[in-house]
Amino acid sequence: MPQFSLYDEEFHPSPWQRTWAAFKASHVSMIGFFMLGLFVFCALFAPVITPYDAIEQNIDGLLIPPSWMANGDISHFLGTDALGRDLFTRIIYGCRITLGSAFITVVMAMLVGVSLGTIAGMLRGVRSSIVNHLLDSLMAIPTLLIAIIIVAILGTGLVNSMWAITLALIPQFVHHTRSFVRAEMKKEYIIASKLDGASRWQLFVHSILPNMTEMLVVQGTLALSIAVIDISALGFLNLGAQSPLAELGVILADGLDVAYLAPWNVAVPGMAIFFLVLSINIVGDGLRSALRKRVSH
Amino acid sequence: MIQILIRYTTLLILTLLVLAVMSFSLAYLFPGDTLENLTGLVPQNDIQRQALEKQFMLDRAYPVQFFHYLGNLLTGEWGYSFTSGLPLRQEVGIALPATIELATYAMLMALFIGIPLGYYAGIRCYSTTDHLINSASITTYSFPVFWFALLLILIFSLQLDAAPLSGRISLLYNIEPTTGFILIDILLSDIENKSLAFKDALSHLGLPTFAIGAITTASMVRITRRSVIDVKHRPYIAAAVSRGLSSWQIFFRHVLRNALLPILPLMAIQITTLITNAMIVETLFSWPGIGNWLIQAIYQRDYPALRIGMMAVSTLVITLTILVDLFNRVIDPSREKYERATV
Repeated sequence: MPQFSLYDEEFHPSPWQRTWAAFKASHVSMIGFFMLGLFVFCALFAPVITPYDAIEQNIDGLLIPPSWMANGDISHFLGTDALGRDLFTRIIYGCRITLGSAFITVVMAMLVGVSLGTIAGMLRGVRSSIVNHLLDSLMAIPTLLIAIIIVAILGTGLVNSMWAITLALIPQFVHHTRSFVRAEMKKEYIIASKLDGASRWQLFVHSILPNMTEMLVVQGTLALSIAVIDISALGFLNLGAQSPLAELGVILADGLDVAYLAPWNVAVPGMAIFFLVLSINIVGDGLRSALRKRVSH
Repeated sequence: MIQILIRYTTLLILTLLVLAVMSFSLAYLFPGDTLENLTGLVPQNDIQRQALEKQFMLDRAYPVQFFHYLGNLLTGEWGYSFTSGLPLRQEVGIALPATIELATYAMLMALFIGIPLGYYAGIRCYSTTDHLINSASITTYSFPVFWFALLLILIFSLQLDAAPLSGRISLLYNIEPTTGFILIDILLSDIENKSLAFKDALSHLGLPTFAIGAITTASMVRITRRSVIDVKHRPYIAAAVSRGLSSWQIFFRHVLRNALLPILPLMAIQITTLITNAMIVETLFSWPGIGNWLIQAIYQRDYPALRIGMMAVSTLVITLTILVDLFNRVIDPSREKYERATV
């Protein structure tokens, strides 16, 4: 007779808890996670942390080197740029603008992409084939090209570059959602709910969507790193955010004018973009391997 | 087989038609005069304008206009640039091969460095070397390409003076463009100092190729490594181990070819990133390619050039993507249509 121990109840961790445990086991992932957390903190509380305003100019302190160099001044931790604006403040605000707009872009692309992908995945026949193939091939148009066209029609600006990047990210979500929905529609539990008389909408909301969240989170981190790089690239090329706005790519482009005199103006914003993207990629990679570990065990 | 070919040909034609419709509608969407956006010609007076409108059928219904435009696209009458006044076909004909050349060398670099490294890391998975290769590839992959190119310029061109700063070849050499690929053109041309010119072109190519190639290589390593690890966990590998095959035999007979299959469709996605990166890097190195050309065009609001440039680049990328997809279907018919590997 099996023994029941009423007091030591067996603990079954939920799937998310198991993923988190697998994620925590990797030190590199955790370092990436804390780095990303720091960036998010900076983005959320930028006005509280920063000592100056992002566009506040100090005519007496042009091109002050970072504080650890001989001519540096501790009141400007990372130095100042050609207009005497505090670089530390601008970088913190830059993280806010770049990361924030990238996040909004990804969420918009995800909403549109998932709805389109679900429709495409549930459709059958010639119509779906045409839609799918066209979407697949239009996915190949480079982001920069879409951005250039949108800038030509609507003019430059951060919001317009966000539209361009949203358009470029949508097909990717459509593709993954579609193949996921297709694969899922063939499984038994969907057939069971179908036999229970669930409509397509109910099937999607109650059966497919809960299973899809993990895939969406992983795809979302991947898209987030692409969006950060693209937004700053467009800012750098002067096609996205415009100059007084503290966007990381714009700060880098501004610093390029004084690259000889003040190399920190190029080094610091570049490093900020690099570490931001690196932390997002590490977290995404860690999540993916944690999910893989959970599924394979 | 024939069915697949027909399918992909229709797909290609349909997509290109959609693109043509898009580029035609751009003439109306861009600010300014439709006639000027469509042709690049600025009429001097009303009589000339009416004549031009008649010639380009702008006074007829939209479908008629579109088919006339399509005919013009196919016969190579693409209009004229606002800024230079040259025929756009000629300008694209010079700029596009320069980009293709750069992207090809970067892709070759990714193939010849990325795939072997990925195999090595995948075979030794979860060892120290694997972790080293993997973290190096994640780091490289996270570099924003414009900053990476800037760093290369600052270090190699300005500090060490080891490579030229910009351009395709020194002005001393006059190379007649026949294929558009500078290295091939030098070999075909009959100038003296051919080897010197070749060396000069190579030194110009080095930095931009490295800047684009490094990032492509990094993602190639990740894709290959993942695919090798996936293959290693398949039952047929366990069967091969239990049959007593040595690890080299397993690698060459089972892992090598099976791991290559999922890499191919992902390469199709890489093409897009590669071209985007090439376009950004071109502006930094003043490489006379299509990316640089397009970005100059947008700075000067040269709408006819943008319309044709968009058409040319997306046609190139889409044709390549569909070709890779087709190739993939042909060598692996058992594969599901919509299946793609993960990184």
